[in-house]
Amino acid sequence: MILTLVRIELLKIFRKWRTYIGFIAIGILVPLLHLAMYLEGQKSLEFITRGLRDSFILVGNLLNGYWISYIILNALTIHIPFLITLVAADLLAGEATAGTYRILVTRPVSRMQIVTSKFLAGMIYTGSLILFLAVMSLVVGLIIFGSGELIVTGNQSIIIFEKSDILWRFILAYGFAILSMTVVCSLAILFSSLVENAIGPIVSTMAVIIISIILSAFDVEILREIRPYLFTNYMMNWREFFDDPLDFAEITKAVLVLSGHIIVFFTATSFIFHKKDILS
Amino acid sequence: MNSEENVIEISGLTKRFKDVLAVDELNFTVNRGDVFGFLGPNGAGKSTTIRMILSLITPTSGKIKIFEKSLKENRKEILANVGAIVEKPDFYQYLTAIKNLEILAKISGKEVSQKRIIELLELVGLKDRAKSKVKTYSHGMKQRLGIAQTLLHNPELIVLDEPTTGLDPHGMKEIRNLIIRLSKEENKTIFLSSHILSEIELVANRMIIINKGSKIVEGEVSKLLNSNTLKVTVEVENAEAAIKILEGTRWNKNIESISENKFIISIEQKAIPVLNKYLVENGVMVNALIPVRSLEDYFLSITAGAK
Repeated sequence: MILTLVRIELLKIFRKWRTYIGFIAIGILVPLLHLAMYLEGQKSLEFITRGLRDSFILVGNLLNGYWISYIILNALTIHIPFLITLVAADLLAGEATAGTYRILVTRPVSRMQIVTSKFLAGMIYTGSLILFLAVMSLVVGLIIFGSGELIVTGNQSIIIFEKSDILWRFILAYGFAILSMTVVCSLAILFSSLVENAIGPIVSTMAVIIISIILSAFDVEILREIRPYLFTNYMMNWREFFDDPLDFAEITKAVLVLSGHIIVFFTATSFIFHKKDILS
Repeated sequence: MNSEENVIEISGLTKRFKDVLAVDELNFTVNRGDVFGFLGPNGAGKSTTIRMILSLITPTSGKIKIFEKSLKENRKEILANVGAIVEKPDFYQYLTAIKNLEILAKISGKEVSQKRIIELLELVGLKDRAKSKVKTYSHGMKQRLGIAQTLLHNPELIVLDEPTTGLDPHGMKEIRNLIIRLSKEENKTIFLSSHILSEIELVANRMIIINKGSKIVEGEVSKLLNSNTLKVTVEVENAEAAIKILEGTRWNKNIESISENKFIISIEQKAIPVLNKYLVENGVMVNALIPVRSLEDYFLSITAGAK
């Protein structure tokens, strides 16, 4: 039954035009960034590597698809949550707004099954949006700009990855991005279970993300205590896959904290929805 | 399942929303094969009761048994045999009618063939618009689609909350006939809530009237309607003369309205022939004695009395 419900939820998601806002936004933004990089990318690259060029001679195609994709991932990760929230916030609240809870909940399916299917469908949507971002930025980037070595600048280091050592890092980075965006999706579904209109959950989710990012950024003693528990603290940890050597402890910690958030948000949503009186 | 079975058994059902007592210790039973009318003024607790029967709302206290099983413990099994329209018929507007029914069929707990879906769309007169998105439907069409979705999985119990709202007289008649057919020919049990009281009068065999969350009366429609004083229109050649003759009698104070050749009087059913005889013996030409007692009158009088 869960599979049937997930299929139905996906059908509902992909028959709504709001679902395609995220795909359209990425479909427009990424080519624009490609164009900008095509016109101005060399200058950006020279600016980043200005210190290196004093001591080294850099050869080969450094303005390549990998570097473009890395830059785009950095630029867009912070905006993707809004696109995820647009759809996820509507998953439960949208049923209330449309009055369709009544035809859904009066069927012989448990409320737990309904919540589970909505979470799974939300995760699939999240995954598909991130994969679309991957295709648009990485695949299209490689086609336009070609392949080459990847230069990554850290706080106190510059790492140049060999061509053959890059793809797996991107695969894991995008996988991690799916996990962190699933937390956003789960939070939006949790808020969605509380109200009967999708606007509230969209605003609430974005507010939580913005407040958490601000709290994560402030380097104050009292906030240091809570920072390890804020999921926003780990949202950009996909960058860990572009380090050498990999910090497995940090990656594992990030995966566990993000997974923990998903479990907590799912459990809370299930509990709330189980107790909810359907009055819409 | 035998004919004596209580399809719905409600006992001590109570629902409180914070400070508002929506349903208060409600008790009633619906027997197999009943077309059970569920009446009450706005805010009486009808929708809350229906939502509790369909597990949309959790009762504060009390028990709901459907098919002689506890709803709380056998929810999925019970709902596989229940079809319902709750208040207005809402669907996924961005999907076609047939896609909506296909989705609901898949989660109805029974195998529902594509043929069955088409048959139902034909039954409710929507076959030609099956592939139109529901957002293009009128309210009446959605209402008919709502009827189709209740019947998808051939349920034993059908709960209809205001099923004829928004339908034209022809559509209302069709739904009434469908209810009668489902009850008589397919032995379905129908729980029918309606504001159109004549609808209950026409199709229901048993009914309950609730007000302020409590039961006022429950029983067979025919007995309830005949157990009290009736309003009778008395058609005569000269109403004023007839009224003069009734002066001084026990009926005089019960005369409610007078026109040139008729008046309305409240009178017990058994007293109607006595009144007729009295008028005729006193030289009044009585053309007709027409009971105007309807369920609506009964409903209004009984709910007003309960206030």
